[in-house]
Amino acid sequence: MPVFHRIPHVLVLLSALAVTACASDSAVSSKGVYDPHEAENRGTHQFNKDVDTYVVSPLSDGYGTAIPEGVRDGVSRFSSHLGLPNDIFNNLFQGELDTAAQNTGRFLLNTVVGFGGVFDPASDIGLERVQADFGQTLHVWGAAEGPYVEMPFFGPSTSRDVVGFGVDLVLDPFFVVARDPQRYIGAVAYIVDSFGKRYKYDATIDSILYESEDSYVQARSLYLQNRRYELGLDATDLYVDVYEDLYEDF
Amino acid sequence: MNRRGFLVSGMASAAIFALPNVALALNESQASALVQKVVNDINKVIASGKSVSSMIRDFEKIFVKYADVPNIARSTLGVSARSASKSQLNAYTKAFQGYLSRKYGKRFEEFKGGEIIIKDARPLKRFYEVRTQAKLKGQSPFDVNFMVSDKTGRAKFFDMKIEGISLLVTEREEIGAMLDKRNGNIDLLIKDLKKSG
Repeated sequence: MPVFHRIPHVLVLLSALAVTACASDSAVSSKGVYDPHEAENRGTHQFNKDVDTYVVSPLSDGYGTAIPEGVRDGVSRFSSHLGLPNDIFNNLFQGELDTAAQNTGRFLLNTVVGFGGVFDPASDIGLERVQADFGQTLHVWGAAEGPYVEMPFFGPSTSRDVVGFGVDLVLDPFFVVARDPQRYIGAVAYIVDSFGKRYKYDATIDSILYESEDSYVQARSLYLQNRRYELGLDATDLYVDVYEDLYEDF
Repeated sequence: MNRRGFLVSGMASAAIFALPNVALALNESQASALVQKVVNDINKVIASGKSVSSMIRDFEKIFVKYADVPNIARSTLGVSARSASKSQLNAYTKAFQGYLSRKYGKRFEEFKGGEIIIKDARPLKRFYEVRTQAKLKGQSPFDVNFMVSDKTGRAKFFDMKIEGISLLVTEREEIGAMLDKRNGNIDLLIKDLKKSG
């Protein structure tokens, strides 16, 4: 049975590679915005905003008010802890052995001493979590960013990162190894923690979604800038020089 | 050396002296020193425990003192800056600096009990990037980088990036969207900007 279980995962991995291989033929860009599906994306954005207005934001307020901060932080650490096996796999896919070792040390220590990851003694001794995902792995392997995509519920992404997201979902070691129903603990913790994050960063999220002139453009810009930074894209063309116009005067 | 060659080389060296700011007159420690002053002043405001509205006023003063506000403002207008009159540019700069101070100043409380540590500075193109790390209560540390130039004759920062998110790029998008909605009418933009943030 476990063998049959894995076959679909291998297929997903292979099709992911095929898709991104095609994607990398299209425009490779480290600057600017490539958004050929803007109309559809804007539709999804409006849907996400409605979900936030009528469901996520009210539920988050309830969660944030009813549950003390200490407990919410525990849920957040636990959710992050369950993401570590997937981080480690991606560290290995990227050939980052030191990082994989650090995340593994963290996982072992926090599982045992941190009561299953609810507490985080590892950070106190410098074993911080280094997040990794399959979109990043695809980037390391040379896949291009591809067009901008806004996913329903999950928000801003790119075609490469949507593929990565799918692979992470299906190949997540915790999900693959754990049995029903425990394998869904990670998903539940993730959803509950999403409400916690929505509550914690309420002012920031509100300012983007409800106070900006065009929340679609703002969300897209913030996501792309931050994602490129995370991926270590550091080309000087990512910097805007306000004096560029003035140099021409000389 | 013939007369012509002398003239050409003389003109070339005159040109070099005429451009004191194009060569990097600024160095790494001066760029870091500027950012250190910004950080110190901001920390003082946060520690003062004043009301949000007076924090916003203090933030505006810091912004005007250490940032190159006129050129940041000009840059956020994009190509529209070229067709704007001088008085429009001045009025826009004032409106923009107020808007920015309200928008970011009211979030200052989130920095309470936090600290910013300067890591290093490095030359990039024609300016310096000073890299710092912010540690806020209950959050993982994040990078805050300042772009510093002395193009105006004094060291000033013209962009700030939080985890790669540039204030300049973000506001260019936002102001661009506002201009689009107002059919490129700068006067209308100025009027509305005074109430935004």
